[in-house]
Amino acid sequence: MNLSLSDEQVFLREAARGALSRFKTLEAAREALDGDEQALPDLWPTACEAGWPGLLIGEEHGGAGLDAFDAMLVLGECGRVIAGVPLLGHLPATAILDAASMAPMLDELATGEKRAAYLPVSPPGDVVTGWTVDPRSGIERPGAPAASGSGESVTVSGTLAFVPDAPGADVLVGVALLGGKPVGVAIEAGAQGVSVEAVERYDATRSLGHVKLENAPATVLDTPEEILAAAWYLAQALIAAESLGSVETALDVSVAYAKERFTFGRAIGSYQAVKHSLTEVLRELENGRSLLYYAGWARHGAPGEFPLAASAARSVAGRALDDAARTMISVHGGIGATWEHDAPLYFRRAQLSRRLLGGTGGASDRVAGELIAQA
Amino acid sequence: MDLDDTPEQAAYRAQVRSWLEEHASEAPILQGPDAIRDEDEIIAARRVWQGKLAEGGLAGLTWPKEYGGQGLGPIEQVIANQEIARAKLPGILDAIGVGMLGPTIIAHGTDEQKSRYLAPLLHGDEVWCQLFSEPAAGSDLAAVQARARLQDDGSWRLSGQKVWTTNAQFAAYGLLLARTDPDVPKHKGLTMFLVPMDAEGVTVRGLRQISGEAEFNEVFFDDVALDAGAVVGGVGNGWGTALTTLMFERVTIGLGSEGMGYNSTRFASALAADEHARRDPEVRHRLGEIAAELLAIRFTGYRTLTALQKGQVPGPESGLAKVTLVSGAIKAGDLIADVLGPDALQEGSEWAYMISFLPGLKSAGGTEEILRNTIGERVLGLPPEPRLDKGIPFSELRSKEGAPA
Ligand SMILES: Cc1cc2nc3c(=O)[nH]c(=O)nc-3n(C[C@H](O)[C@H](O)[C@H](O)COP(=O)(O)OP(=O)(O)OC[C@H]3O[C@@H](n4cnc5c(N)ncnc54)[C@H](O)[C@@H]3O)c2cc1C
Repeated sequence: MNLSLSDEQVFLREAARGALSRFKTLEAAREALDGDEQALPDLWPTACEAGWPGLLIGEEHGGAGLDAFDAMLVLGECGRVIAGVPLLGHLPATAILDAASMAPMLDELATGEKRAAYLPVSPPGDVVTGWTVDPRSGIERPGAPAASGSGESVTVSGTLAFVPDAPGADVLVGVALLGGKPVGVAIEAGAQGVSVEAVERYDATRSLGHVKLENAPATVLDTPEEILAAAWYLAQALIAAESLGSVETALDVSVAYAKERFTFGRAIGSYQAVKHSLTEVLRELENGRSLLYYAGWARHGAPGEFPLAASAARSVAGRALDDAARTMISVHGGIGATWEHDAPLYFRRAQLSRRLLGGTGGASDRVAGELIAQA
Repeated sequence: MDLDDTPEQAAYRAQVRSWLEEHASEAPILQGPDAIRDEDEIIAARRVWQGKLAEGGLAGLTWPKEYGGQGLGPIEQVIANQEIARAKLPGILDAIGVGMLGPTIIAHGTDEQKSRYLAPLLHGDEVWCQLFSEPAAGSDLAAVQARARLQDDGSWRLSGQKVWTTNAQFAAYGLLLARTDPDVPKHKGLTMFLVPMDAEGVTVRGLRQISGEAEFNEVFFDDVALDAGAVVGGVGNGWGTALTTLMFERVTIGLGSEGMGYNSTRFASALAADEHARRDPEVRHRLGEIAAELLAIRFTGYRTLTALQKGQVPGPESGLAKVTLVSGAIKAGDLIADVLGPDALQEGSEWAYMISFLPGLKSAGGTEEILRNTIGERVLGLPPEPRLDKGIPFSELRSKEGAPA
């Protein structure tokens, strides 16, 4: 039993921090919210240089052949500075493709010449027994896209709302039901019958798209069903890691301010109301970190526990970020509620993240479902 | 990063498992229809069982070999705890003695103290209690007033009162923090003593808790004679010695949590048994949030172990795991009672005792507020609160505190 990072993992994390520090991501996020979308730096070339697109692709295809935990370290760094690197969509898609015996574009996806986006389809649970997608609005979850035809080439129809990193992706990878059975599908974004509508968003750094498929031609992948399900949980683990990265910064900035801001002749961090709310954020952060280790290990170490581990990480991380962002605002007083401060950016990130990919609440329900099913 | 046992750890686990299988029939039965009911019999049986665990190398296994331990690491301790829990067998009776007080004696005691007291402690022949808290000194432990006075012949006389003392009703010895010099600032004039509970002048009175059971006590000391050999860690060094105990307390709580039965699987099973509850969105939402946090504790424990393995001392942040554990278990008990209704609160229910015990556990071993103060200061580096007791001799402080505002 050993939960320390390897030297390579420490290097991966430090390198990511260094690479992202060359950009003014927070300023850009604010300017983009003000309508200047051009302000957002294109971080994909940086990602490609660092080898992130190929993190989960096997070495035979030019990838790094690493595991979920490594990817989570990179996402955590993106979360720290709210960097919009389209890995949340790309990485789960590549995990599905990498597990297929024949997958299109894998070599180009590994280098980042091409970019993929995962079409999030949540696997059956103990109460909802079908494969479902996020609704555009409301709590009723529509069924997964349907495939028709036979052999390797089929057509797929369906709609998916708020798909991370879909705008600008070259290939969309997800799950469709073929004769009621889930199969992996890869769909070229430029093909006929595919439309991706970019979503105007509350957090400008988060690229999202509504995807509509009308008899879109798709390649059927022979990815095993467990891996199709695991892609959903991988996405949960990645957004959890990204959220916790944001919590780290929100906490650091709040603690620093609590040390330097004085009222009534004392630093505000010496008041228990402030101190205890900051230790509460630390508590949530530490719990989340521990669960990232669990999820990172379980994907291969105990695949049967991966749904539980990743959902638990998401549940804790989503709540942690909400609390961290609100605490950041309140600890900063009036400044914290001001447009020019960074706190609103973390707050916006928190509110939008919690509602994506089935939502933090959906992850909590999945934790319960997994435990109830085992009971 | 790896959560699997190494080959050595797997071998150790197998060894523990086979020992437990072989000796399971000798363990006292504490639950179910055949359970022992009489309180004294339970304690007697658990002492014998502790002795067997010690002989099998499953008690105090992080203690050095020369004191009857196994000289093993905290990982092996956790493996042994996990296996005992898995086999649904009771653990040792004297977790306070073996986990906290014995290690304090190992760290600060004299050779005579070590050779006299450690072996009977480990084997459950002599149970120990922690005589720290007083009516006017809990969170502010350094405010203890129990007073030990040095006699001309080098012996001591002790008078005062301790309270909330777990296990004092059947303890043979206690480790007691007393004031030996009131004329210096409060952390300085303290000394740690080892006190025989059957000495003349010691009175133990049981205090009943919310559950109705009396697991802790108030203990009175009326001019109790202690010989010079009763001092642990040197005269005037009581605070440093107490901090050692409190450090081991954190480790005991941090690594022992798996054995306390406050885990997500058990709570989920209780709810899964109800056909409606298991499908009810609100119940599931609450369970999911609670369970996710409780699950984190196990992996926080593994992170602590990783640090210990590298020779690092676990810091106060493991106290956060205690907050998560206690508040998570409280919320789980609440949810279970919401679903099962008043029956959950009925004596004999699996949950009644837990629900009654947990509010007190929030205070035991340091209150949540104190933990958050400590963590805020030591881990986050936030400034401490202004204090009104720094540098002032204890005797003057007391008169100030008593004075009307
Ligand atoms: C089940 C149980 C078993 C126990 N077993 C033992 C034992 O075996 N041996 C032993 O020595 N003790 C034992 N204790 C005592 C325990 O350590 C104390 O209860 C605890 O340290 C709190 O002290 P107190 O009871 O004096 O409360 P106080 O210190 O009076 O605290 C009262 C309230 O004030 C708050 N408070 C105090 N100071 C501050 C501050 N600076 N900032 C913010 N809030 C503050 C506390 O958090 C608490 O909410 C046990 C307690 C329980 C409940």
